Amino acid sequence: MTLSLGKDLLGLESLSGDHIQLILDTAEPFKEISERAIKKVPTLRGATIVNLFFEASTRTRISFEFAEKRLSADTVNVAASGSSVSKGETLVDTARNLEAMRIDMVVIRHGASGAAQFLADRIESNVINAGDGMHEHPTQGLLDLLTLRDHFKKLEGLKVCIVGDVLHSRVARSNIWGLKKMGVNVAVCGPRSLLPNAINELGVEVFDRVEEAIEWADALNILRLQLERMTAGYIPSLREYNRVFGVSRERLSRVQRDVLILHPGPMNRGVEIDSDVADGPFSVILDQVTNGVAVRMAVLYLLSGGKPELAEAAKGRDEGSVKRKHNE
Amino acid sequence: MADEIVELNNGTDGLVIVGIQRRGVQLAARIVSSIADREKAHVPEGALDITLYRDDLQTVGPRPLVGQTRIPVDIEGMRVVIVDDVLYTGRTVRAALDELADFGRPARISLAVLIDRGGRELPIQPDVVGKKVQIASGQRVDVMVQDLDGKDAVIIADKEPAT
Repeated sequence: MTLSLGKDLLGLESLSGDHIQLILDTAEPFKEISERAIKKVPTLRGATIVNLFFEASTRTRISFEFAEKRLSADTVNVAASGSSVSKGETLVDTARNLEAMRIDMVVIRHGASGAAQFLADRIESNVINAGDGMHEHPTQGLLDLLTLRDHFKKLEGLKVCIVGDVLHSRVARSNIWGLKKMGVNVAVCGPRSLLPNAINELGVEVFDRVEEAIEWADALNILRLQLERMTAGYIPSLREYNRVFGVSRERLSRVQRDVLILHPGPMNRGVEIDSDVADGPFSVILDQVTNGVAVRMAVLYLLSGGKPELAEAAKGRDEGSVKRKHNE
Repeated sequence: MADEIVELNNGTDGLVIVGIQRRGVQLAARIVSSIADREKAHVPEGALDITLYRDDLQTVGPRPLVGQTRIPVDIEGMRVVIVDDVLYTGRTVRAALDELADFGRPARISLAVLIDRGGRELPIQPDVVGKKVQIASGQRVDVMVQDLDGKDAVIIADKEPAT
């Protein structure tokens, strides 16, 4: 009950299974809020949150923004293009200037691995990592966990295979950490050129053939093939990738049971996933998107943290004015 | 209490019973089944978790756990009865009123509590009371219910420091 997430959410690697459980359990009641006629609770009234997106994003940014607004926070979106970042301002300077305007939280997406940590170490506001380079994308990992738990009613003992470009994928990293902490058996499948060299050290199984992965798994989390990787020579062609690693209805139908299909989006239909799989009966891809809002609401709520010094100050009203201090 | 609730609302038409998490929910369930026995009428039953509407969220320590809110019917124009175990400062009820307003505009909202212990900090009074007791602010009232605590009991105890 006294479990606290601390100041920031930077990744799932640093969280315990209990922390992840707390976030998933907290996300559960938040789902209902998005079903109401008035999709709003006053919880974060008066809090200011900046969404600092240095990389393109539709789903994650909008999902965070919905989550923030449904908790009544005031939000500001800053994109790298069109801001002072394009004039050469450093990340820390941007953040410090924002902080000087009295913000409470920063949600950051950045192309450099470790950017969220870097920021968290230097500003007082809560920092939430919305994807940093090839490192982590913790809220995506959490919403994948929630979606799996919704479907299977438990996580422990499940078999989940992550298919595709694991090497460049922060989604894969967050998933591997999160799944393993929750007792899920994790495997990866993809061309060796797109798997990290040290994949065995992560303690996951490796399948070279997608047919074997389907045979083994309760659920597949199919990663987007980042098309820019092709020009870098990681794979010969999209057609060949689809032929060897694409998840098709035909491949799925070879096993006599249902294999749940997840995909973090955006999808390349006809490359890593065929349309009849993406839109098929075992796809929970849109449930993932719905759960994303609930998970992000839960994270915002849990991090928004009490400011016990305000309570102290309220008790000793005659001790002078309340000085506002963050997160101590 | 069930009788009083029915009388207060001129019957069971348009009645909705909503318990406040957690023990109010158990009490609401009992009131609903009691009404079913006596009036042969099925009254919809809901649950309200007011955590996200608390007025002290900015100051309490680690985030309180959030429970499920479940409003099974459209409450627009209905007669809603809020049920809770103990009425003290009235702040929980204030939060519940705010939350209900986000679901619609009931014709009437009334308040039923098992124990009224006085000590109000807001202008909120119950319509139906199981028992009224006067106890000091240094003490607390615990209501135990079979489903959650294994027995039914009301216990007055000395307050432990900051629960």
